[in-house]
Amino acid sequence: MDRRTSIKWMLAAAASVPSLRNYAFGSEPLASTTTAGLPGASGYGTDPNLVNTYKAGELWPLTFSAKQRNTATVLSDLIIPADEMSPSASAVGVIDFIDEWISAPYKPNQKDRHIVLEGFDWLDRESAKRYSKAFAALDQAQQRAICDDICHAAKAKPKFANAAKFFARYRDLTAGGFYTTPDGRKDLQYVGNTPLKSFDGPPLEVLKKVGLA
Amino acid sequence: MPFITSATAAKEHYDVIIVGSGAGGGQTAYTLTMDGAHVLMLEAGRKYDPATETPMFQTPDLAPLRGDGTTDKPFGFYDATVDGGWQVPGEPYVQTRTDDAGRFDWWRARMLGGRTNHWGRISLRNGPYDFKPYSRDGLGFDWPISYEDMAPYYDKVEMLVGVYGTSEGLENTPNSSPGCLLPPPKPKVSDLLVAARAAKLGIPVIPGHRAVLTQQLDWKTSPAKLHPGNPAAQKLIAEDMQRRAACFWATPCGRGCSIRANYQSTTVHLPPALATGKLDIVTDAMVHEVTIGKDGRATGVSFVDRTTGKQQHAAARVVVLAASACESVRILLNSKSPLFPNGLANSSGKVGKYIMDTVGSSLDGQVPLLESLPPHNEDAASGHQMYVPWWLYQHAGKLGFARGYHIEFGGGKGMPGLGTAAELEWLTGGSYGAKFKQDARRYYGSFVGFDGRGEMIPNEHSWCEIDPSVKDKWGIPVLRFHWQWSQHETRQAAHMQKTFADIIEAMGGRVRGRVETDGAKAIAPGGSIIHEVGGAIMGADAKTSVTNKWCQTWDVKNLFLTDGAPFASNADKNPTLTIMANAWRVADQILERMRQKEL
Repeated sequence: MDRRTSIKWMLAAAASVPSLRNYAFGSEPLASTTTAGLPGASGYGTDPNLVNTYKAGELWPLTFSAKQRNTATVLSDLIIPADEMSPSASAVGVIDFIDEWISAPYKPNQKDRHIVLEGFDWLDRESAKRYSKAFAALDQAQQRAICDDICHAAKAKPKFANAAKFFARYRDLTAGGFYTTPDGRKDLQYVGNTPLKSFDGPPLEVLKKVGLA
Repeated sequence: MPFITSATAAKEHYDVIIVGSGAGGGQTAYTLTMDGAHVLMLEAGRKYDPATETPMFQTPDLAPLRGDGTTDKPFGFYDATVDGGWQVPGEPYVQTRTDDAGRFDWWRARMLGGRTNHWGRISLRNGPYDFKPYSRDGLGFDWPISYEDMAPYYDKVEMLVGVYGTSEGLENTPNSSPGCLLPPPKPKVSDLLVAARAAKLGIPVIPGHRAVLTQQLDWKTSPAKLHPGNPAAQKLIAEDMQRRAACFWATPCGRGCSIRANYQSTTVHLPPALATGKLDIVTDAMVHEVTIGKDGRATGVSFVDRTTGKQQHAAARVVVLAASACESVRILLNSKSPLFPNGLANSSGKVGKYIMDTVGSSLDGQVPLLESLPPHNEDAASGHQMYVPWWLYQHAGKLGFARGYHIEFGGGKGMPGLGTAAELEWLTGGSYGAKFKQDARRYYGSFVGFDGRGEMIPNEHSWCEIDPSVKDKWGIPVLRFHWQWSQHETRQAAHMQKTFADIIEAMGGRVRGRVETDGAKAIAPGGSIIHEVGGAIMGADAKTSVTNKWCQTWDVKNLFLTDGAPFASNADKNPTLTIMANAWRVADQILERMRQKEL
């Protein structure tokens, strides 16, 4: 088979949609090591269809109330706002991802669920204490004043230690959700995941920049 | 009709039954059927077709949880493994210790092709020292064979599956015969920087060896070398080689490869074996016992058909176990009969003894020189373009630990994942907002990770047995594992940490996290590197080993092992290539003895 034919095959494989196997999610018994943190929720099992496309809420019920969703949107966009290179986090579906993440029945996700939901509550309590409003209702300078106290765990005051852990985890989730989208990949100028005739290694200008040419 | 039902298989009488379809089973089936033997392969997992099931270009945003690993899919959603992991639902095992330093985690992959579908494709030959470790330092065991016995089979396997790399003439790092290796891929900038700076520390960095087709296989000349005097086999494999495409430098190998550009049993061994018309495969066949006749010879195997839950039996002249080291051990120990009350082939009492994994330890560094480089494609060969072979053979006995390790490393601007811009606080001072986006761009691709892979010496405290009470969902008794590292392994792990830190520093980089100087904490838990070997070691003496040098059990003449179970040591070299070369060697011997009517 020549390369052209093989690439055709490959494109067909990449595009192949719901599959030959009619796998019903949730029909398998829960893996012994997963924790069912939510009533009725189970993981995707050990044999999910890998060439399907999945959307948040499809595999397990989501969590965020309208209020929590609002807080999430404000906070994620404080972390990743729109700039000349790319849109804001909430504009590319990051809130859906975070909701999916904290709603998943796996142990690490359940741990994050507590961290995130308790973190939202803390933000509102702190906002009420400082400004008598919910976090999402503050102006951006007020929001940033709170974030500045918790954005660097190593330098946060002891009373903000837990809030700083929440912020670090929430920033990681926001960034992870964002840079895995097409807009996020473009922002980082990732140029792979495309078939090449040959792999030529780094261009000369790259080698020069690190002193290897 | 190569894929058949268990009921159909039960009516046949085969030359050979092979239990397992991974590297060992796949190679055994290939070699036997190419020479005309009538073979039945039994696989515990489901049928699996890489051409239609491999998520080649899918991006993380299309997967649940951005493709991140879960207990259901430990290496990520798109990893090729289905129905596998360190925990398999309904198939428990028992650990006598659960702490990091004293436990063994058992990986299984219940699918056609087993763990070859997702493995790292790193294909290193054992060297001459690695077959005679006891003779060199008085520890562990010698193999009853030498490098010279295995070398022709390493050549054959490299030509058949396709392995890239170079012959560098380094100590105990063998050269391949001319025409065996494919050209290595071009290195990435991070590879070249590691090579340049490690060289200043006296650490050699050479092209890696991986089972990836950097160009089409040599289908014009290799077939005659693979199957001399067998024109039918030559024609068949020449045709199949032409159907495999070369790598197109995209998509991670761990997902499997729908264009067959890397090795997995399902894309390389099984298609030509099936094309001979001599191979029948039954999937969902959970073998639990080798049956024995009055003459003490194996008559076949009993298995549970997982689709019906029914017991079945298949019969053959020869039985080969290649179910993965520990699963083959489990089958032997569960095969109790009046003739073999302690389990089959266990007159030495050594079945289950000397389970080994690989010593593993990791460290990452952030390298300012690699920040903000102009964008360019770094998908490369999906890893291991270069590596560090063990370089301190001349210091043996002076390091505080015997044996050595090699270093796998990687960096570059790969497909952004969940962790790409995570945990940057130590570099950014806690930035968020516009500054965070600038920081993410700056640090993306500036990390290099190092993984040590070292030799574990077999010991009396790392073994498995049948648990007296726990059974799996089919009622088959399960394994109970005992595990203990020696100081040879833990000190090696500490040495890895120091070496990685030295290289990172030599690159002008900063270590992420801390350098763990306590080897017991630096070493990854047993089983986590998934290089499980031993448990039925080969030897020169029936009193101290389970098989002879042909991996034929001392006690049952028509019972052979071709997975990692007969390994008498576990060199730092990843075991898969040696499993395949050894399986070919053993299969040749089975063919010869069948011709001589000994079997």
